[in-house]
Amino acid sequence: MKMLLTGNEAVARGAWEAGVRYASAYPGTPSTEILETIAEYKDDVLAEWAPNEKVAFEAAMGGAFAGARTLAAMKHVGVNVAADPLFTMAYIGTNGGMVLVTADEPGQHSSQNEQDNRQYARFAKVPLLEPSDSQESLDMMKVAYDVSEEFDTPVLVRMTTRVCHSKGIVEVGGRVEVPIRPFVKNVQKYMTVPSFAQKMRVKVEARMGRLLEYSDASPLNYIEWNDRAVGVVATGAAYRFAREVFGDRASYLKLGFTNPLPDERIREFCAGVEKIYVVEENDPIVEERVRMLGFACSGKDVFPPYGELTPDVLRKSLYGETLPHLDASAENVVARPPSLCAGCPHRGFFYELGKRKNVIVAGDIGCYTLGFSDPFNAMDYNVCMGASISSGHGFQQVLDMIPDDKRRVLSVMGDSTFFHTGFNSLLDVIYNGSRTVNVILDNRITGMTGHQQNPGTGFTLQGKPTKVVDIEALVRAIGIEHVVSIDPNDLTAVKNAFDWAFSLDEPSVIITRWPCVLKKFTEADKTEFPTIFKAQCRVIEETCIGCRMCLRTGCSSLVYDAATNKVRIDPAQCVGCGVCLQVCKPVAIVKEERRNG
Amino acid sequence: MVRSILLVGVGGQGTLLASKILTTGLMQAGYDVKMSEIHGMSQRGGSVSSQVRYGDKVESPVIEIGGADILVSFEKMEALRWLPYLNPKGKAVVNDFELPSAPILAGKSLYPKGVLDELRSKVAATVVDAAGIAKRLGNARSMNLVLFGALVAGMGLADIDWETVISENVKKETVEINLKAFREGMAQARG
Ligand SMILES: Cc1ncc(C[n+]2csc(CCOP(=O)(O)OP(=O)(O)O)c2C)c(N)n1
Ligand code: SF4
Repeated sequence: MKMLLTGNEAVARGAWEAGVRYASAYPGTPSTEILETIAEYKDDVLAEWAPNEKVAFEAAMGGAFAGARTLAAMKHVGVNVAADPLFTMAYIGTNGGMVLVTADEPGQHSSQNEQDNRQYARFAKVPLLEPSDSQESLDMMKVAYDVSEEFDTPVLVRMTTRVCHSKGIVEVGGRVEVPIRPFVKNVQKYMTVPSFAQKMRVKVEARMGRLLEYSDASPLNYIEWNDRAVGVVATGAAYRFAREVFGDRASYLKLGFTNPLPDERIREFCAGVEKIYVVEENDPIVEERVRMLGFACSGKDVFPPYGELTPDVLRKSLYGETLPHLDASAENVVARPPSLCAGCPHRGFFYELGKRKNVIVAGDIGCYTLGFSDPFNAMDYNVCMGASISSGHGFQQVLDMIPDDKRRVLSVMGDSTFFHTGFNSLLDVIYNGSRTVNVILDNRITGMTGHQQNPGTGFTLQGKPTKVVDIEALVRAIGIEHVVSIDPNDLTAVKNAFDWAFSLDEPSVIITRWPCVLKKFTEADKTEFPTIFKAQCRVIEETCIGCRMCLRTGCSSLVYDAATNKVRIDPAQCVGCGVCLQVCKPVAIVKEERRNG
Repeated sequence: MVRSILLVGVGGQGTLLASKILTTGLMQAGYDVKMSEIHGMSQRGGSVSSQVRYGDKVESPVIEIGGADILVSFEKMEALRWLPYLNPKGKAVVNDFELPSAPILAGKSLYPKGVLDELRSKVAATVVDAAGIAKRLGNARSMNLVLFGALVAGMGLADIDWETVISENVKKETVEINLKAFREGMAQARG
């Protein structure tokens, strides 16, 4: 049967067809839909959101030790979080097959960095597969599980945004039932105490040797002979892009099994062509191997080491220009930056925070990162998930060494980020005692990546009701004495919470609690927030003086009309959060019952 | 030969449904099809694109600069933002519909006045009042099917049984209105 699938859907399908029984992941673009798709195979696969990637990897690893085929999936930076178990599992090997899917982001469409996770395969000494489209995504998953069990190792599959989020026609098959292998106690294999681990270390090298032979024989590494004047060595999406530009005029060495690289195939190909181009996104991993094997080639000297190598980028690098095209005049195109949704519960909080002086705001990663931008300008830096509370702690400790420096640090993160690694950071605050103000913006969901459940929402990925972790009780339990929960749409409450927290010389936690507007409300939400979505705001035209104070809340439902010097509210967007109403001095905004749905 | 269709708009406008219907119909018609979308952040209101390529054998799912045979823009200003991706000999189908972006809403910029004039002066552009048509038909959300109809006519793809594909991909209650919207859109682009 043929289906039109994204790479993520195809990876999920491939895992299911390969008999996977257990899958764990933490969301992150562009990987998120892998687990969401696997979750649809409810009868055959148990799929779970983990609180972070390290936990996801470890859960999948445990499942593989127990003898099932398992999967972990994450975005590229997630592998940094999961790196610790990955490196040592590579020593132990596995029992049931285990595959880790990494979704890299050449071009950084929605990421904070552009790391090339193929390096992890070399670094951790595990086999690596790189699909270039949806069909390969499905097919390679099956190969990956066979390799994992045959060679007794976890396997890394590297996707990239264009593979994850592009659709193609895929021939799908049925599921093979792979029985759960018995777990046989064997401390020499599974215990990594130094005396055993030293032997494992030797075993890893022997395994890599056998994998080299496998790589040379693998049909995933193949040659297409055409004209031999130009030979292109390519991996992943870049192979498709190269084919688009070089067409049938060049010969190709298409590499799909890329750690270890197939030295013999590379030699055979490179000896058979005149000019060699290595086309790979990000780091020059294949290129360095080609050179090491003694062949002169072009790679990062021609193509950029960053961004995607889409056909226009290749064309520009090779020939100095893209296809002929038109440009638009700048004055007719106004930027369209992302902004917080109308009714976003982060809005009221950042509106008040932006007014504070002498505060350093340590930011984190989520929708709320937009607090840095206009009109709030209420964030000073952000790095990686969970880092606001810990780095804020260090920042405050150093500020407090500077005589007469009164600046205070406020660290802010979302609920999902808090469960991810923010909780560890807060342990540092309480243990080492800094006077930071720590804010958890609890919008009752993992917003930015498309509304995934998390340990605070009350539901599992597969929709089962589960225990709700109570953030307030949790932070009190570790010893934070000053804790307050507020409604972020109530600007007075936000302001009072800041005044209170900054008056303390000890660490405090402020929890804002109001659901993300795009969340599908649960019965518990409807009980806790009975007024939600029941109102709408309207501007009384005669009272509006055109002062535009309300626009400082940055809400997209407020439209300023220069001709009339009045603001109006778009009823299609407004959900009646009432933030604008509280900043309107002439009281020109009223809140009314919602008329339509 | 491979042909390339670029659908652009603002998050939430229904470009995803249009590209789903498009790719499904093309696949059923026997073409090799690839489609690429960049979607990351969930906040509403950003600039979005769906790139669809079809032919005997498609390699890249991505349309390169200067590579699109047709640019269908669900929002006026977005057509100009994506103009470099259109082959200068290609066609543009533009919804005569404005969605002000954040700097415009905040009163820091004005919505540009010269968008349609610039488009018409540079490429073969069909301007469609899809919002008006959809409203007249009784469902503002069927705007995307009006534009889809214009796309089908513009690409000469009318041979495919789109009406069946549409019926299978929209909510039951809206099939009739969406089919009407689709036919109106085709008529608009035929002129
Ligand atoms: C290590 C890592 N994993 C995953 C991501 C992807 N990611 C970015 S923001 C985010 C979720 C943020 O959710 P939350 O903290 O609840 O804030 P919200 O977006 O709801 O405001 C995730 C999973 C990432 N950037 N880094
Ligand atoms: S998706 Fe939710 S959290 Fe993100 S900006 Fe919109 S309302 Fe806010």
